[in-house]
Amino acid sequence: MPLMYRRASPVVTTIAATVASMIMGIMLAVLMGLSPASAATSPSPEPSPSGDFTSTFTIGGLIRDGDTPIEGVEVQVEGDGFDEVGVTGEDGRWTVPVPGPGAYTATLLPDTLPEGIVPRDPENITRDVTLGTTNTVNVLFPTGEGTVVENNIADTILTRFIYGLNFGLLLALGAIGISLIYGTTKLNNFAHGEMVTFGAVIFFFFGTVIGLPLYVSIPIALALSAFTGYAQDAWLHKPLRRRGVGLVQAMIVTIGLSILARYVILFFLGGNIYTIDTGLTATIDIGPATITVASLVSMGVSILMLILVGLFLTRTRIGKATRAVSDNASLAAASGINVDRIIRIVWILAATLTGLSGILYGVFRQVNWSMGFQILLLLFAAVTLGGLGSAFGALVGALIIGVVTEVSTVWIPNDLRYAVALIILILVLLVRPQGVLGRKERVG
Amino acid sequence: MDWGQILNSAAGELLSPVTAAYALAAIGISVHFGYAGLLNFGQAGFMAIGAYAFVVPILSFDAPLWAGFLSAIVFSIIFALLLGVPTLRLRADYLAIVTIASAEIVRYTVSTTALTDVTGGAAGLSGFNSGFNAINPFPSGTYGFGPFTYTENQLWVRVFGWSLVILASVLVFLLMRSPWGRVVKGIREDEDAVRSLGKNVYAFKMQALILGGVLGSLAGIVYVLPRAVQPANYGTTLTFFIWTMLLLGGAATVFGPIVGAMIFATLLTLSDGILRGLISADIITFISGTQAGQIRFMIIGAVLMALVVFRPQGIFGNKKELSFNV
Repeated sequence: MPLMYRRASPVVTTIAATVASMIMGIMLAVLMGLSPASAATSPSPEPSPSGDFTSTFTIGGLIRDGDTPIEGVEVQVEGDGFDEVGVTGEDGRWTVPVPGPGAYTATLLPDTLPEGIVPRDPENITRDVTLGTTNTVNVLFPTGEGTVVENNIADTILTRFIYGLNFGLLLALGAIGISLIYGTTKLNNFAHGEMVTFGAVIFFFFGTVIGLPLYVSIPIALALSAFTGYAQDAWLHKPLRRRGVGLVQAMIVTIGLSILARYVILFFLGGNIYTIDTGLTATIDIGPATITVASLVSMGVSILMLILVGLFLTRTRIGKATRAVSDNASLAAASGINVDRIIRIVWILAATLTGLSGILYGVFRQVNWSMGFQILLLLFAAVTLGGLGSAFGALVGALIIGVVTEVSTVWIPNDLRYAVALIILILVLLVRPQGVLGRKERVG
Repeated sequence: MDWGQILNSAAGELLSPVTAAYALAAIGISVHFGYAGLLNFGQAGFMAIGAYAFVVPILSFDAPLWAGFLSAIVFSIIFALLLGVPTLRLRADYLAIVTIASAEIVRYTVSTTALTDVTGGAAGLSGFNSGFNAINPFPSGTYGFGPFTYTENQLWVRVFGWSLVILASVLVFLLMRSPWGRVVKGIREDEDAVRSLGKNVYAFKMQALILGGVLGSLAGIVYVLPRAVQPANYGTTLTFFIWTMLLLGGAATVFGPIVGAMIFATLLTLSDGILRGLISADIITFISGTQAGQIRFMIIGAVLMALVVFRPQGIFGNKKELSFNV
């Protein structure tokens, strides 16, 4: 029997579907004060498949120490009688517009690097850059803590482990959202990443741009996130369920919504990377590891929320009804549970948790237009690892993913850490397809 | 506002090698999803495998052109096997998540700084096209008319790309009429029924996955032939765009993927030209050129949603042929 979205009933217009997503854009438009930040000078973060979108030729790059962008580093670009020095900004990015296609060399000027940071390969600080069919070329200069700072490996692992826990806990909030939605409706929601971005962007806007205090900006961000959950169910998914649209179709609809919402956010936010200012920059030493107060608070908030969700699911009537719907929707409906109402509540709850996860992620890293999309697969991996549809499994999966991605950077290059998480996902599916905490049932 | 130029460049997209690559990749997903019912969300990964497996031997080992093609095909088969073994026995949404994850693993791997010597890191690879241009059968000169005016090398890459598209279409058409194709379509409709007839469903699915994957890797080659390899192109977004093209044309059809790719590429360029034209003519003043580029992607998202809800069979499709039910 084909898997259908629950409750096939008469055709209802789904024009509202697109409206649901546009609302996000309109809200953003109002919130951003209609002052679109132009991304013209920053290198395009995700060059699009069909190629030429800008007519300027630029060479640029990002200089970071681990995850911290380094400001004020100079890179000299020469070629064809052209000579200019690019300086990294606050976000660690540097860009040099060049007159046209051709061969250039980019040289990192090591003297401009801050104290204690050296190029990872001091012999190799000159890059040959050829601008041919592409307009923008990114040049990488890996830097590291060189020989100046020596860490012993156990300390590094401990530090990474604590960061991993923090990352895992905030992932868990988003992953439980996916898991609850999947559990009650069997829908894989690809627009979940944009819900993460949305929470972070709204919080960034109210907290950092406008400068409202945390106890105002966080509730606003959470309330708006909750509204996106309501909107998605009320204006998109409920009509689709009524229409009897197949699950795969509904999944592809969420892909469309994801693309739409992501570019709406890019439209208003611009392509730059922003840092959230929480005012909590003090650090605390835990043994050999140093972590910021913001990270500690973030972990505390995550743990508190996760406990609350756990209590909600196991102790309250609505929570029990949610689990009943996850278990068997028809049976739940037959025993008098209003399935549509439960699904609505689940959407709102999931969107709020995901928005919170976005806020914490924005604090943990930085805010940009595709931040949620970049961790969407990690969220899916967490959910699948723990067992599709199991909320507690999602927590375990997220912690595994968070710790693995961070600790793995001790041995492998930073830019491969997400790949490690995804490889683990595939390996777990090989051995234990139902996930770590999933029930043993036939999934094939 | 120069309508002539806008229409010209949009028409030029009709036959561009990128469109041919999109069409090939869409034919690949058509085999996966349209005929066999497999949810492959990792076509960008197959394209990346094709591009890198084609280019790296040429640049690193000075391999001849045919060796590049061979290695692209071999590596995409290996990739399909790696994907299929853990997932083809599981429910369809697992294949979706694993394929999308694998494609990202491929992208992370080719763009990591640790492999810069081989893959060029985030900057990608270029300067591999001379071997392909060396076997160009067309004498130098200018060919064609209007928006379809090409130099001999531009003509060669187009002829090559579209020949592959036509070959692939004919191959898929013939295969799907064969007994093999009937079994594959049977699996799409009802896996258990086919299994009860004594067919090895797993093997048939695997063969379909490999076939579509090889088409995807050939698409990757056509995609990079006239340009450089850039790892950032092979993100999940590319896969979703190819899905949009396929669903636009119609999934289980011969012409669907081709027409879908043509419409998609042409409309993308046309809407960009119009928006930019309106901006430079000061008719639209509240957005920048960069933002005009972004509006097109919003439209793609909205079109994808509307298509799947209101016309899931696409332009050419037969609603009965298309089964979204997995």
